[in-house]
Amino acid sequence: MTKPISIAAKTRQIVKKHGNAKGAVIAVLQDLQEAFNYLPKEALKTAAKAMDVPMSRIYEAATFYTAFSLEPRGKHVVKICKGTACHVRGAAILQDRFETTLGIKPGGTTKDGLFSLETVNCVGACALGPVVVINTEYHGQVTISKVDKIIKKINKEEGAQ
Amino acid sequence: MSGNTDKQSHAILDNLTLYYGPKRKFVAICAGTGCRAYGSLKVKDALEAELKKQNMADVDVLATGCLGFCEKGPMMIIHPDKYFYQSVKESDIPEIVEKTIGRGEAISRLLYRHPETKKTLFREEDLPFYKKQLRAVFGKNGMIDPSRIEDYFAIDGYQALAKVLAEMTPEQVISEVKKAGLRGRGGGGFPAAVKWEGVRKAAGEPKYVIANGDEGDPGAYMDRSLMEGNPHSVIEGMIIGAYAVGSNHGYIYVRNEYPLAVENLSKAIEAARANGLLGKNILGTDFSFDIQINKGAGAFVCGESSALFASIEGRAGEPRAKYVHAVDKGLYDKPTVLNNVETWANVPLIINKGADWFASIGTEGSKGTKIFSLVGKINNTGLVEVPMGTTLYEIIYDMGGGITGGRKFKAVQTGGPSGGCIPESLLDLPVDFDRLYEVGSMMGSGGMIVMDDTSCMVDVARYFLEFLKEESCGKCVPCREGVRRMSEILEDICAGRGREGDIELLETMSAAIADGSLCALGGSAPNPVLSTIRHFREEYEAHIRDHRCPAGVCKALISYNIDAEKCTGCGVCVKVCATKAITGELKKVHTIDNEKCTRCGACIQSCKFDAIYVK
Ligand SMILES: Cc1cc2nc3c(=O)[nH]c(=O)nc-3n(C[C@H](O)[C@H](O)[C@H](O)COP(=O)(O)O)c2cc1C
Ligand code: SF4
Ligand code: SF4
Ligand code: SF4
Ligand code: FES
Ligand code: FES
Repeated sequence: MTKPISIAAKTRQIVKKHGNAKGAVIAVLQDLQEAFNYLPKEALKTAAKAMDVPMSRIYEAATFYTAFSLEPRGKHVVKICKGTACHVRGAAILQDRFETTLGIKPGGTTKDGLFSLETVNCVGACALGPVVVINTEYHGQVTISKVDKIIKKINKEEGAQ
Repeated sequence: MSGNTDKQSHAILDNLTLYYGPKRKFVAICAGTGCRAYGSLKVKDALEAELKKQNMADVDVLATGCLGFCEKGPMMIIHPDKYFYQSVKESDIPEIVEKTIGRGEAISRLLYRHPETKKTLFREEDLPFYKKQLRAVFGKNGMIDPSRIEDYFAIDGYQALAKVLAEMTPEQVISEVKKAGLRGRGGGGFPAAVKWEGVRKAAGEPKYVIANGDEGDPGAYMDRSLMEGNPHSVIEGMIIGAYAVGSNHGYIYVRNEYPLAVENLSKAIEAARANGLLGKNILGTDFSFDIQINKGAGAFVCGESSALFASIEGRAGEPRAKYVHAVDKGLYDKPTVLNNVETWANVPLIINKGADWFASIGTEGSKGTKIFSLVGKINNTGLVEVPMGTTLYEIIYDMGGGITGGRKFKAVQTGGPSGGCIPESLLDLPVDFDRLYEVGSMMGSGGMIVMDDTSCMVDVARYFLEFLKEESCGKCVPCREGVRRMSEILEDICAGRGREGDIELLETMSAAIADGSLCALGGSAPNPVLSTIRHFREEYEAHIRDHRCPAGVCKALISYNIDAEKCTGCGVCVKVCATKAITGELKKVHTIDNEKCTRCGACIQSCKFDAIYVK
């Protein structure tokens, strides 16, 4: 492992990679989100300064686009596909199950920080619908009992650690 | 300038004929997003390992983009015999290598069986799913590993570009595309050449060329499959377009959820640069052009042209007034051509095969083919490419194999959130830009979501309005407030709180929103509502007057019940019910307490005896 670097230093690195260009605001935010799993305030401040754009512009973009999260996200991000193909195959029922079992709504994170719930509109695997993506793994033809199993499995793995 | 170009491109091809003969043994295995989700990458690894083990490492393995028939993934096609294997598992690999690759024998268990005739079919072109398709744009995916530009060269890739640079003036390119009658595949169906001509003539430098890969229609994934599977066809189209309009700088705007598309496009751009096809002095001419990729960040409205420009410029994706035209003032207020990914992929084809060939396919007003994403309650889910003018019936029944579970067709939704639902009575409709518009829907980018009698049309309208409410950028009042209000009315209707006059209210609001909205998101937002009212009015009335959801979807209007005849008293449903609404003694008929039941649907999925039903 390399030495951990500070949020500010990492942010400056990312801004530099994009040539400090003003048009790169969104690309920079994407990289920041990838690096930290959300957009820490310190990163946004550092980026604004390094790119020489007002903080308001950064905030505007960070709040406009749904891909960005200003809050830390859970260790496991559950994305329920709510695209039309999955909708007609019962995605809403699955969302219900995740919501009641985890006790959170889309956009929320469980208190223990294990799960975040999100919805997306089509992940391009409609043939497998309804689809749920957990972190980067696709689960197809998801049923309620599969939802229960997925949650149980993750809870068990985490609890066992 | 032409001599140099010819020599270069011929040199590339001469090298290739040695390696890509008709007898070449190779395996195309789908590594598109759908098949990856089925585990195709593991199958590919196993295949490569097994080929080594059985001393056949010289057999080429292509990890291709989507092959269309995603329902049957992971799939592979084994050349030169072109055997088409479906739902391949890792455990099938040793046998495939030994028998099929080694000895040319087909393994019948992996072949497709015709669902009616029960005949075993060997090749892609024999399958009902593919038979009536005309896969001019999309069919190449099976011959290409998108990470290898050589594969694209081998199917005449970049020949159109070479021809354009060597033999054609920009004006000739535009007039060829005009003669072909190419209309934009991203939704509006605007003639591509008219846009190009406008940008060519527009004052202002630099000029920009952009591919719209935002693909916002939820349930549509053909653009993704082109970007992932045949990225060079999009790039080649863009270079030709750039030459035609006089641009040196291009962008591909890719949807946030498409990391694989970004990866494959990036590799393709690198490879094109390395081969002198992008960058300075393309193929030795004095024409220079390069492409940059921009990723979206999850906003549907960014597919709209002016919002997309704002997003590339690093701002929030808010559209601007319609009267400002991108042709004159697009990205950074400079003349800009924005075309959809599939539109661009058609361009090399038109140059290679000629405008007359292209114009001979399709209908009077819509030329060429269109790729549709055939999804929902359909047996053969996947991407189909058909000549414009193919009927809905042919697509849904001949290619799609009809409705899953033998249920009854109810509607097909086209055009995404800007489109509408088309009923059974219109299944004979030839699909083209104009005919879809006439029945209250639109082509959109090509999503075709099939619904059966368990889909509620009011719920579908509610679904789209909720989607649009969330995606409205909020800049103008008719869209922001109007769509929100319509969405609330629909929610009320679905919740059993509908009132007499709601339908008329929705219609009046629709007209106001369509008129007063700044961009087409708001302008077309009422379509899902209007089209369902137009074709399924009685379903609205059942919700409003009788508090009944005939399809059994809207929670407030349904109840879960147990059929005493079918229930065996196995008790499985009791365990899955989170609210303890189900009771009964083991081996005796169970009952559901509808006071406690939250209509979550868990029990119905768990009952193996089909004893639970919705009323
Ligand atoms: C709200 C909204 C979303 C859109 N989304 C897309 C999209 O995802 N992909 C696309 O190609 N066009 C989309 N369009 C259409 C584009 O604005 C534009 O017309 C199109 O990219 C032009 O290319 P074409 O002429 O080749 O179709 C959208 C339009 C609106 C109003
Ligand atoms: S119509 Fe809707 S999406 Fe378009 S500019 Fe107005 S508020 Fe924004
Ligand atoms: S699962 Fe079905 S058969 Fe078993 S008790 Fe419940 S309703 Fe009866
Ligand atoms: S629908 Fe859900 S809450 Fe109602 S009885 Fe079935 S499992 Fe229980
Ligand atoms: S709609 Fe869910 S994957 Fe396409
Ligand atoms: S992803 Fe493999 S066939 Fe579509």
